[in-house]
Amino acid sequence: MKKFLLATAATALTAGAAMAASHGETVKMGIILGFTGPIESLTPAMADSAELALKEINAAGGILGGKMIEAVRADSTCVDAAGATAAAERLITSDGVAAIMGADCSGVTGAILTNVAVPNGIVMVSPSATSPGLSTVEDNGLFFRTAPSDARQGVVLSDMLNDKGIKEVAVTYTNNDYGKGLSDSFIAAYEAAGGKVTINAPHEDGKADYSAEVAALAAAGGEVLVVLGYTDQGGRGIIQGSLDTGAFETFMLGDGMYGDQLVADLGDAMEGSFGAVPWAEGEGTTAFATMAVDANINPEGAYTRESYDAAALIALAMAAGGEATSAAAAAKMLDVANAPGEKILPGQLGKALEILAAGGDIDYVGATNVELIGPGEAAGTYRDYIITGGAYETESIR
Amino acid sequence: MDILNTLVLLANFVIVPAVTYGSQLALGALGVTLIYGILRFSNFAHGDTMAFGTMVTVLVTWMLQSWGVSLGPVPTALLALPFGIAVTAGLVLWTDRVVYRFYRKQKAKPVILVIVSMGVMFVMNGLVRFIIGPDDQNFADGARFLIGAREFKEMTGLKEGLAIKASQGLTVLTAVIVVALLFWFLNHTRTGKSMRAYSDNEDLALLSGINPERVVAVTWIIVAALATVAGVLYGLDKSFKPFTYFQLLLPIFAAAIVGGLGSPLGAIAGGFVIAFSEVTITYAWKKAAAYLLPADMAPDGLLQLLAVDYKFAVSFVILVVVLLFKPTGLFKGKSV
Repeated sequence: MKKFLLATAATALTAGAAMAASHGETVKMGIILGFTGPIESLTPAMADSAELALKEINAAGGILGGKMIEAVRADSTCVDAAGATAAAERLITSDGVAAIMGADCSGVTGAILTNVAVPNGIVMVSPSATSPGLSTVEDNGLFFRTAPSDARQGVVLSDMLNDKGIKEVAVTYTNNDYGKGLSDSFIAAYEAAGGKVTINAPHEDGKADYSAEVAALAAAGGEVLVVLGYTDQGGRGIIQGSLDTGAFETFMLGDGMYGDQLVADLGDAMEGSFGAVPWAEGEGTTAFATMAVDANINPEGAYTRESYDAAALIALAMAAGGEATSAAAAAKMLDVANAPGEKILPGQLGKALEILAAGGDIDYVGATNVELIGPGEAAGTYRDYIITGGAYETESIR
Repeated sequence: MDILNTLVLLANFVIVPAVTYGSQLALGALGVTLIYGILRFSNFAHGDTMAFGTMVTVLVTWMLQSWGVSLGPVPTALLALPFGIAVTAGLVLWTDRVVYRFYRKQKAKPVILVIVSMGVMFVMNGLVRFIIGPDDQNFADGARFLIGAREFKEMTGLKEGLAIKASQGLTVLTAVIVVALLFWFLNHTRTGKSMRAYSDNEDLALLSGINPERVVAVTWIIVAALATVAGVLYGLDKSFKPFTYFQLLLPIFAAAIVGGLGSPLGAIAGGFVIAFSEVTITYAWKKAAAYLLPADMAPDGLLQLLAVDYKFAVSFVILVVVLLFKPTGLFKGKSV
């Protein structure tokens, strides 16, 4: 009897808490990013950008007749699936968040989605998980991302090679979800377009010596070496080793290899190498840049724009759905992100809320020209660059 | 012409890297084998001793570089090396005094000393990370190449290029000098002879008046020097990162055991056996075969026995095979 009473009391309490969460004056949004781990230098600016969008909404009077949105940060660690799952678990059960902005790295994002978000029916919008695997994952319509899938990047890279008339390449990728996914999508696109991949070899990050990897790549040969790794990790080691032994002279670089330090360190040797990086241009990007600078955030920082858009989209979708729940947000996400409707730039979130409250329709453009396609991921624009005179030079935007 | 091209190709991607790596392993394995021969235990802290010595050398190199000291084409690290050796010798002598001596007095079994050395390994591991951090550190300067791949092609008119990095030349040269010095010391000096006597038969050596503490101290100093030199050469040639030094423990032990634990000559041979096995087994022979075979027989596959990711597995396999079939190693060392 005692146990039964206790259980009843506990159920009543949790039910009460859940009621409070959905009917109170504040709505909590989880922001789960890798505040520790390999991308810890990027995440503070990403979280700040997301919170910038929420601040803007709160300043405009909140959503659904005065509900304020409160951000709750949690650490995804970027690499530790167990840690990320536990952190997301905590966000939902103890903080009672209504939706999650995140996670960042593809591996932990997939883990949180399948282990926590789907079972609990919580919507997730990732600003930076780009693995193509996430497009086909079982998500019950709860997963969206404002970053393009690497399936798109694979096509962009393949198109670049075809434009340059390069018919044979060697490929090396960093041995994780991101590298594997990108290399698979690139090779599929390139071979479909008639190109030949002589070798597709993974490399581990954080090793002192890549001469054996380079030797295998060199033996396979190819006009260009495609490096799908990280600029301060194995990708750079492979390039250094290739240059040292004269194995390759021109490189095509995936988005993880974009960084000023690489060109500064390797200098003239990188002349003529080229690559692609997700890019955004236009009114929305400029508007975001102005706002971010005012808020002391570097608008050029990786995935800051996508983070702003992710947080704004969740809030707007809830407003459009008429209640501050994941179910409402998930149902309306594509409607607010895509045409038809009034175009919404960063800084116009207040206006968007008014339109939605009046029953109108919006087309959220945001900082990255958001256009959600397929299972709810950004279509994505890429900047093709070539390294000339020790600097990145834009060849085209596609 | 094709034969020349093949030779240059193999020199560039197999022989030069393997000889360099082999020299670095040989120096490391010499340290392990000396400890085993004279102090009679497998020193698991050796990789981290190398990391510590390299760290001190890196710090001194940075200081010298900030003062504008330079040796021209030769890396400044060579100038800092004696300081690295001295500090590392101090550290290992101190660990011997506070840790190993206690167990030696008790005549502890070798397996206990192995576990003790693991404890020392963890402490050194933490010490290095605490002082310099876990990240990559770059301290190489001076000339980068003895000969570059492009220059070589232009000079010889061959299709294949041969690159020899300055650090690779330096590694082999230094290894030869250090090994020559070590063998001269062991065979021709009084202290060296007393060390060998102590290694061969401890009781007899004690009876003939050899001071054991002195032998032990000299051994540690030599080991510190070997470890620091090996670590600095590896760091100059590749890069300095504490974790990779810890990982080097496996190929180094494999080298020492293949050669025969306790045999200095075996350690050197073992180092090269391991290095050449790792490189040749993970090398893709496609291009070499394409040069030698007639065009219509050129292979489509890579002719690679093992993916590069499994490089460490090679050391493991050799280790297991040697322990199973020839536990005393190639040069009749002590059985493990």
